Amino acid sequence: MAATSELSFFQGLAIQYRVLHALMMRELITRFGRDNLGVLWLVGEPMIFTLGVTGLWSAAGLSHGGKGIPIVAFAVTGYSSVLMWRNATSHCIGGIDANKHLLFHRSVLVIDVLLTRIALEIIGATSSFIVLSSLFIFIGWMQAPVNLMTVLAGWFMLAWFGASLALLIGAATAFSHLAHRLWHPTAYLLFPMSGAAFMVEWLPKKLQEVVLFLPMVHGVELLRNGYFGDVVRPHYDIGYMAECCSFLTLCGLYLVRRASRSVEF
Amino acid sequence: MLSVEHVSKVYETRRGPYKVFDDVSFTLQRGRNLGILGRNGAGKSTMIRLISGAVRPTTGRIRRGMRVSWPLAFGGAFQANLTGLDNLKFVCRVYGVDHKPLVPFVEEFTELGAFFREPVLHYSHGMMTRLAFALSMAIEFDCFLIDEAMIVGDARFHERCHHELFVKRKDRAFILVSHDANAIKTYCENAVVLHEGRLLSFPNVDSAYAFYLETMAPKPEMIERWRM
Repeated sequence: MAATSELSFFQGLAIQYRVLHALMMRELITRFGRDNLGVLWLVGEPMIFTLGVTGLWSAAGLSHGGKGIPIVAFAVTGYSSVLMWRNATSHCIGGIDANKHLLFHRSVLVIDVLLTRIALEIIGATSSFIVLSSLFIFIGWMQAPVNLMTVLAGWFMLAWFGASLALLIGAATAFSHLAHRLWHPTAYLLFPMSGAAFMVEWLPKKLQEVVLFLPMVHGVELLRNGYFGDVVRPHYDIGYMAECCSFLTLCGLYLVRRASRSVEF
Repeated sequence: MLSVEHVSKVYETRRGPYKVFDDVSFTLQRGRNLGILGRNGAGKSTMIRLISGAVRPTTGRIRRGMRVSWPLAFGGAFQANLTGLDNLKFVCRVYGVDHKPLVPFVEEFTELGAFFREPVLHYSHGMMTRLAFALSMAIEFDCFLIDEAMIVGDARFHERCHHELFVKRKDRAFILVSHDANAIKTYCENAVVLHEGRLLSFPNVDSAYAFYLETMAPKPEMIERWRM
């Protein structure tokens, strides 16, 4: 630890890396403990969710086979996308409260607490997506993606959206319990509109315009376009999604800054 | 040098803003120490939190020209699932120190035995306090922030804390806050009093002590009120 409060950028970066590492190790043990699978639950939990939804959708015969998309791949890409934008926020809610005593260590900042939870959720959801799709491709239930780079681009956009939303709402909980109360119903209601269970092309024109206001829909469309190729005509505007994410990120960072000044013990 | 410059702290309450203190300034040189006396609710803990950096001042600034500790023996951050060792690893990671050479000291000081590797969930209050104090001693600082109320334990524990802090680390600076004037008299070379939102300085510990006792004395109208 440097003695003075004036630090160079790189010293600051080194401290932040140290703190994030410390928080992540702590969070993993706190959340998953050392019993049974322990830390593997970080990946196991989202996998079980995705498997369950895939099973349900298959059993319900929500077959889009006629439209050229196999249901397993449709469900895995769809539900994994939901995990990407939903889980980080759900875990950042209450994150400041649960960790505020750690702020007694001067180098631990509010943003570190939130970034830790965001990173863990993104790592968990990403690993779950990779493991499940590899497994299904291996046993022949899913095809390999048509264009891997496009899939990655869609995934990155969803991660950015999830992270910026989590930053914003996580910091907002420091000011008002309203953020906490409203998030769960909002997330629940957004799920059916998020593009996980449909392709925009299948919707009536009027409805298409409405759902395309939601940034994550663009990410899911891009992801599926990469996965399935041109089987379905995709609808996305990554410029629009990037604008939304930038806006959320800026608001999130501003709120985090205000939250770090107002945390009380 | 640690310098506190024109610091005020306002907390928002449901009845509007509440000013804990206003325009507080003082400095502390390396190797020196200061006692802060104050009655319950005078803002002693807030002062320690501000100096530690956990809470930001509403106005003014605090410059830390030396490594200032977190409030000593602060154990509020212990998570039930983590073991004593996990907590040691955590602070070591945060401060960029290798934890392995510190394990013997912490084990010896805390006298936790096998519990050192058990979740904090199973600790008694005393075990937690010992762990918290040992972790504070595991990381090296130039200036320690001590809230006397935090260090609660039996006579033996007090004696060992005393040895670690005031004997082994007698070259370090410290700030001791307490409502117990005797503690301040025993350990500090200078004392100030937090009184009604102001930090009052005195030429020596004895005059601070005398003033503090006076503020503690019940006012005549209070005596009148409580008379049967």
